[in-house]
Amino acid sequence: MILHTVNKSPFSDSSFTDCLKFCRAGSSVLLIEDGVYAGKKATHYSELIENHRDITFYALAVDVNARGLKQDISTNITLISDSEFVELTVTHHSVQSWF
Amino acid sequence: MASKRILLICRKAPYGNALARAAADMALAAGAFDQELAIAFIGDGVWQTIDQQDSTDIQQKNHQKLLSAFELYGISESYVEAEALTERQIEPSRLSLAAKPVNQQQLSELFEQADMLLTV
Repeated sequence: MILHTVNKSPFSDSSFTDCLKFCRAGSSVLLIEDGVYAGKKATHYSELIENHRDITFYALAVDVNARGLKQDISTNITLISDSEFVELTVTHHSVQSWF
Repeated sequence: MASKRILLICRKAPYGNALARAAADMALAAGAFDQELAIAFIGDGVWQTIDQQDSTDIQQKNHQKLLSAFELYGISESYVEAEALTERQIEPSRLSLAAKPVNQQQLSELFEQADMLLTV
Protein backbone atom coordinates (compact mmCIF):
# COMPACT_ATOMS: atom_id res chain seq x y z
CA MET A 1 0.00 0.00 0.00
CA ILE A 2 1.02 3.58 -0.63
CA LEU A 3 1.54 6.31 1.93
CA HIS A 4 0.47 9.61 0.38
CA THR A 5 1.81 12.82 1.89
CA VAL A 6 0.20 16.21 1.20
CA ASN A 7 1.97 19.43 2.21
CA LYS A 8 -0.13 22.20 0.65
CA SER A 9 -3.29 23.93 1.88
CA PRO A 10 -6.33 22.52 0.03
CA PHE A 11 -7.85 26.02 0.07
CA SER A 12 -5.24 27.34 -2.38
CA ASP A 13 -3.75 24.30 -4.09
CA SER A 14 -5.17 21.15 -5.69
CA SER A 15 -2.62 18.71 -4.17
CA PHE A 16 -5.07 17.33 -1.62
CA THR A 17 -8.00 16.80 -4.00
CA ASP A 18 -5.63 15.38 -6.65
CA CYS A 19 -4.29 12.94 -4.06
CA LEU A 20 -7.82 11.77 -3.18
CA LYS A 21 -8.58 11.13 -6.85
CA PHE A 22 -5.77 8.58 -7.07
CA CYS A 23 -5.99 7.14 -3.60
CA ARG A 24 -7.15 3.51 -3.37
CA ALA A 25 -8.98 1.74 -0.57
CA GLY A 26 -6.59 0.67 2.15
CA SER A 27 -4.00 3.35 1.50
CA SER A 28 -2.99 6.09 3.92
CA VAL A 29 -2.86 9.86 3.60
CA LEU A 30 -0.59 11.86 5.86
CA LEU A 31 -1.15 15.61 6.11
CA ILE A 32 2.03 17.57 6.78
CA GLU A 33 3.03 21.28 6.82
CA ASP A 34 0.23 23.37 5.23
CA GLY A 35 -1.50 20.11 4.27
CA VAL A 36 -2.87 19.89 7.83
CA TYR A 37 -5.40 22.64 6.99
CA ALA A 38 -7.36 19.92 5.12
CA GLY A 39 -8.15 18.45 8.54
CA LYS A 40 -9.83 21.60 9.94
CA LYS A 41 -13.14 20.51 11.45
CA ALA A 42 -16.45 21.23 9.69
CA THR A 43 -14.93 22.40 6.40
CA HIS A 44 -15.49 21.05 2.89
CA TYR A 45 -12.16 19.19 3.03
CA SER A 46 -12.63 17.52 6.42
CA GLU A 47 -16.02 16.41 5.08
CA LEU A 48 -14.22 14.75 2.14
CA ILE A 49 -12.00 13.01 4.68
CA GLU A 50 -15.00 11.80 6.65
CA ASN A 51 -16.56 10.43 3.45
CA HIS A 52 -13.47 8.37 2.56
CA ARG A 53 -13.86 5.69 5.22
CA ASP A 54 -11.67 3.21 3.30
CA ILE A 55 -8.62 5.48 3.59
CA THR A 56 -6.67 6.07 6.81
CA PHE A 57 -5.86 9.72 7.47
CA TYR A 58 -3.03 11.00 9.63
CA ALA A 59 -1.71 14.48 10.42
CA LEU A 60 1.68 15.43 11.82
CA ALA A 61 1.07 16.80 15.33
CA VAL A 62 3.93 19.35 15.33
CA ASP A 63 2.54 20.98 12.17
CA VAL A 64 -1.00 20.97 13.59
CA ASN A 65 0.19 22.61 16.82
CA ALA A 66 2.24 25.26 15.04
CA ARG A 67 -0.81 26.31 13.05
CA GLY A 68 -3.05 26.65 16.11
CA LEU A 69 -5.26 23.70 15.17
CA LYS A 70 -4.65 21.39 18.12
CA GLN A 71 -8.36 21.30 19.03
CA ASP A 72 -9.70 21.72 15.51
CA ILE A 73 -8.75 18.55 13.69
CA SER A 74 -11.47 16.19 12.45
CA THR A 75 -11.90 13.11 14.65
CA ASN A 76 -11.33 10.89 11.59
CA ILE A 77 -7.67 11.92 11.57
CA THR A 78 -5.00 10.37 13.77
CA LEU A 79 -2.37 12.80 15.04
CA ILE A 80 1.14 11.34 14.88
CA SER A 81 4.65 12.23 16.04
CA ASP A 82 7.77 12.55 13.88
CA SER A 83 8.91 9.03 14.84
CA GLU A 84 5.50 7.60 13.92
CA PHE A 85 5.90 9.34 10.54
CA VAL A 86 9.12 7.37 10.08
CA GLU A 87 7.30 4.16 11.04
CA LEU A 88 4.58 4.81 8.46
CA THR A 89 7.16 5.26 5.71
CA VAL A 90 8.71 1.87 6.47
CA THR A 91 5.43 -0.01 6.94
CA HIS A 92 4.13 1.16 3.56
CA HIS A 93 5.29 -0.21 0.22
CA SER A 94 6.08 3.25 -1.14
CA VAL A 95 5.56 6.96 -0.47
CA GLN A 96 3.90 9.33 -2.90
CA SER A 97 4.30 12.99 -2.04
CA TRP A 98 1.81 15.53 -3.36
CA PHE A 99 3.27 19.05 -3.28
CA MET B 1 4.12 66.00 1.28
CA ALA B 2 1.26 63.81 2.41
CA SER B 3 2.33 60.24 3.06
CA LYS B 4 0.95 57.48 0.90
CA ARG B 5 -1.59 55.06 2.26
CA ILE B 6 -0.09 51.61 1.93
CA LEU B 7 -2.25 48.50 1.99
CA LEU B 8 -0.44 45.22 2.56
CA ILE B 9 -2.46 42.23 1.38
CA CYS B 10 -1.47 38.89 2.89
CA ARG B 11 -2.78 35.77 1.20
CA LYS B 12 -0.37 33.04 2.34
CA ALA B 13 -0.62 30.69 5.31
CA PRO B 14 2.23 30.92 7.84
CA TYR B 15 5.09 28.37 8.34
CA GLY B 16 4.79 26.46 5.03
CA ASN B 17 7.07 28.99 3.37
CA ALA B 18 8.75 32.29 4.30
CA LEU B 19 6.26 34.62 2.60
CA ALA B 20 3.93 35.29 5.54
CA ARG B 21 6.92 36.11 7.70
CA ALA B 22 8.46 38.35 5.05
CA ALA B 23 5.20 40.27 4.73
CA ALA B 24 4.95 40.77 8.51
CA ASP B 25 8.57 41.96 8.62
CA MET B 26 7.77 44.42 5.85
CA ALA B 27 4.79 45.73 7.82
CA LEU B 28 6.90 46.21 10.95
CA ALA B 29 9.60 48.02 8.95
CA ALA B 30 6.99 50.35 7.48
CA GLY B 31 5.61 50.91 10.99
CA ALA B 32 9.08 51.70 12.34
CA PHE B 33 9.43 54.40 9.67
CA ASP B 34 6.03 55.89 10.56
CA GLN B 35 4.43 54.98 7.28
CA GLU B 36 0.65 54.85 7.09
CA LEU B 37 0.04 51.16 6.61
CA ALA B 38 -3.03 48.96 6.84
CA ILE B 39 -3.02 45.21 6.47
CA ALA B 40 -5.60 42.85 4.99
CA PHE B 41 -5.57 39.06 5.40
CA ILE B 42 -7.39 37.30 2.58
CA GLY B 43 -7.75 33.67 1.46
CA ASP B 44 -5.26 31.38 3.20
CA GLY B 45 -3.70 34.52 4.72
CA VAL B 46 -6.41 34.41 7.41
CA TRP B 47 -4.65 31.38 8.94
CA GLN B 48 -1.95 33.82 10.06
CA THR B 49 -4.39 35.50 12.43
CA ILE B 50 -5.61 32.40 14.32
CA ASP B 51 -4.73 32.00 18.01
CA GLN B 52 -3.19 29.00 19.86
CA GLN B 53 -0.19 28.81 17.50
CA ASP B 54 2.68 26.84 19.03
CA SER B 55 5.63 26.51 16.68
CA THR B 56 8.25 25.39 19.24
CA ASP B 57 8.54 21.87 17.81
CA ILE B 58 8.99 22.92 14.19
CA GLN B 59 11.85 25.28 15.11
CA GLN B 60 10.23 28.35 13.62
CA LYS B 61 9.39 31.70 15.16
CA ASN B 62 5.82 32.02 16.41
CA HIS B 63 3.88 33.96 13.79
CA GLN B 64 1.11 34.92 16.21
CA LYS B 65 3.71 36.65 18.43
CA LEU B 66 5.12 38.48 15.43
CA LEU B 67 1.67 39.82 14.56
CA SER B 68 1.12 40.88 18.17
CA ALA B 69 3.93 43.44 17.67
CA PHE B 70 1.86 45.32 15.08
CA GLU B 71 0.07 47.48 17.61
CA LEU B 72 3.41 48.46 19.15
CA TYR B 73 4.63 49.59 15.73
CA GLY B 74 1.60 51.78 15.15
CA ILE B 75 -0.17 49.37 12.81
CA SER B 76 -3.70 49.35 14.15
CA GLU B 77 -5.76 49.05 10.99
CA SER B 78 -6.18 45.42 9.96
CA TYR B 79 -8.84 43.46 8.16
CA VAL B 80 -9.71 39.81 7.59
CA GLU B 81 -11.80 38.43 4.76
CA ALA B 82 -15.14 37.28 6.22
CA GLU B 83 -15.76 34.76 3.41
CA ALA B 84 -12.34 33.17 4.00
CA LEU B 85 -13.13 32.81 7.72
CA THR B 86 -16.45 31.13 6.90
CA GLU B 87 -14.95 28.74 4.35
CA ARG B 88 -12.33 27.68 6.92
CA GLN B 89 -14.82 27.62 9.83
CA ILE B 90 -12.69 30.02 11.86
CA GLU B 91 -14.75 31.64 14.63
CA PRO B 92 -14.10 35.40 15.01
CA SER B 93 -13.27 34.64 18.67
CA ARG B 94 -10.19 32.72 17.44
CA LEU B 95 -8.58 35.84 15.91
CA SER B 96 -5.39 36.73 17.78
CA LEU B 97 -5.33 40.36 16.69
CA ALA B 98 -7.98 43.05 16.59
CA ALA B 99 -8.65 42.61 12.88
CA LYS B 100 -11.99 43.65 11.46
CA PRO B 101 -13.88 41.02 9.45
CA VAL B 102 -15.00 42.57 6.15
CA ASN B 103 -16.52 41.00 3.06
CA GLN B 104 -14.93 40.71 -0.38
CA GLN B 105 -16.81 43.70 -1.77
CA GLN B 106 -15.67 45.94 1.10
CA LEU B 107 -12.12 44.66 0.61
CA SER B 108 -12.11 45.56 -3.05
CA GLU B 109 -13.24 49.06 -2.06
CA LEU B 110 -10.32 49.26 0.37
CA PHE B 111 -7.98 48.17 -2.42
CA GLU B 112 -9.32 51.03 -4.56
CA GLN B 113 -8.76 53.60 -1.82
CA ALA B 114 -5.11 52.73 -1.12
CA ASP B 115 -2.30 54.66 -2.81
CA MET B 116 -0.03 51.67 -2.87
CA LEU B 117 -0.84 47.97 -2.82
CA LEU B 118 1.59 45.25 -1.79
CA THR B 119 0.36 41.70 -2.23
CA VAL B 120 2.22 38.80 -0.67
